[in-house]
Amino acid sequence: MSTVVLDPTNEAAPAHRERVTRPDSLDGLTVGLLDISKPRGDRFLNRLEERLTERGLRVERYSKPTFTKPAPVDLRHEIATKCDVVIEALAD
Amino acid sequence: MASSADGNTTDDAAASVPRNGLVAVVKRDCPTCELIAPVLADIEARGLLTVFTQDDAAFPEAVAARVHDNDLGFSWHHDIETVPTLMRFADGAEAGRIVGWSRPEWESFSGLGSLGAGLPEHRPGCGSLSVDPAHVDALEARFGGSGLSARRVEFGSQEDAHEAMFDRGWSDGLPLVPPTAERVAAMLAGTSRAPDEVVANVAPDLADCTVEKAAVNAVMAGCRPEYFPVVLAALTAVCNDTFNMHGMLATTMPVGPVFIVNGPIARQIGMNNGINVFGQGNRANSTIGRAVQLIVRNVGGGRPGEVDRAALGQPGKVGFCFAEIEAAADGSTGESGGTGWDPLCTDFGFEAGTNAVTAFPGEAPRSVVDQLSRDPESLARTMAAALNAIHHPKLVLGFDAILAVAPDHSRVFIDSGWTRQQTAGRINELTTRPGSELVRGADGIAEGVPDFLAEADLPKFREGGLHLVHCGGGAGLFSAVIGGWVNGEVGAQPVCVEIDPWR
Repeated sequence: MSTVVLDPTNEAAPAHRERVTRPDSLDGLTVGLLDISKPRGDRFLNRLEERLTERGLRVERYSKPTFTKPAPVDLRHEIATKCDVVIEALAD
Repeated sequence: MASSADGNTTDDAAASVPRNGLVAVVKRDCPTCELIAPVLADIEARGLLTVFTQDDAAFPEAVAARVHDNDLGFSWHHDIETVPTLMRFADGAEAGRIVGWSRPEWESFSGLGSLGAGLPEHRPGCGSLSVDPAHVDALEARFGGSGLSARRVEFGSQEDAHEAMFDRGWSDGLPLVPPTAERVAAMLAGTSRAPDEVVANVAPDLADCTVEKAAVNAVMAGCRPEYFPVVLAALTAVCNDTFNMHGMLATTMPVGPVFIVNGPIARQIGMNNGINVFGQGNRANSTIGRAVQLIVRNVGGGRPGEVDRAALGQPGKVGFCFAEIEAAADGSTGESGGTGWDPLCTDFGFEAGTNAVTAFPGEAPRSVVDQLSRDPESLARTMAAALNAIHHPKLVLGFDAILAVAPDHSRVFIDSGWTRQQTAGRINELTTRPGSELVRGADGIAEGVPDFLAEADLPKFREGGLHLVHCGGGAGLFSAVIGGWVNGEVGAQPVCVEIDPWR
């Protein structure tokens, strides 16, 4: 259950961080494929990589050490730095 | 209206109230409610009865017209203090109620005879869950129309609340208490002021701070509700042109508000005026000043590296607040020793015994050691020498100071009949030096006063600029100096505010 608190500020700034705007097209972008290390997630991602590469897109592959915990901050940083969009595979 | 999988919402519960008929409010955890469960079934069988059950949706099993008051909304809105409560509704409005179990009362109230055969004649009820201290703050926050209007910030379900507050920049670097609506409602009980009342306009953003916003930050700082009137008074003391909080933030000098609390409230809320008075270990001392600083940070937008340009700062900028040793009304002084001195608030026109907080624009305290002086003149000379060093030994008149005198030192003055004013006056005289010693270049030091003052005799402090404060543990021949920031129109003046109006 999430915690709800009262904003201690003068409320001049938005309470929520805005999401990055979604691109209209993948053309020319680098796509990150993040395997969260669930079984068979790699099969799904392998197929996606084939399809994306066929379209001439650049693909970077990543995997989390374990699906039970959030991605390490360094990994998140690397993905954010190198990729324009990311697809996360949740499989079983 | 929030709903839950296993119960009714307040709206559902309200819809279940009959326009005409009887309503009973019960909980399984009440032995009297358990005892009269057959009576409720009997009344239901003989007429119109709805039972609101607080804790267990399945209780009482023998009654069919059962409504789970899952969020305690019905109980809260109908001021149920005791279970069982039996109410009569007529034309949609409550027409009467009885509490506990009394056969004659229940028979008379319901108009039904022969209730509860075999039961005892009387049994008192139990407390309603809606007045249980574990729930009452949450209910007040949810249903009370408490006027809480601050924006709600919902943390992510995977987000640690404490880390989330750091991430949002609300913290001074130390952990914060999450300001939930329940905690803020409890904090607001510390004042009679309305939540939407504006307390102060806070620098540097010049944002209005309401009582509610002050309460949110006081919760985060770790204050108890009884400290809150002091927080509000302290906030008003710093948010004005006289104290000049904006300038104190923007200066590169290492200063921040230092709060000194006078009056019986200090003892009532458990403040420390004795051993380790400037140190750690007392919740009120540690959190009141912090609450004000968090308001300056969060409401005012005053953050280090932004408008706060202090080159070095000082640890008291997290929050610096303490109480003074004062004679009690009965003349007793507690373990910290005797006092023949009037309190600091009298420097600002308040009577001794007034609940007041003084905001002083101050740096960190610095120790003054004198373990040999036993006569007041010698000790005053020590004080003067120590005070002359504030900021620079050759700079005078530009800075006020607090001289915090601990009991082993104050006794030397008091036993010789020196009042606080006489002591301060003599120290002022002793700080007076020839301008020729203080001008730029004198003593091989470029820093100093302008040359035109070479022929003048210059005291360290302007008139009224030295404030003696009585505090500290009962053993130790020490005092402390708290130097001020630039005084006068361009800088800051100490401000003293009465606390009681904020209770």
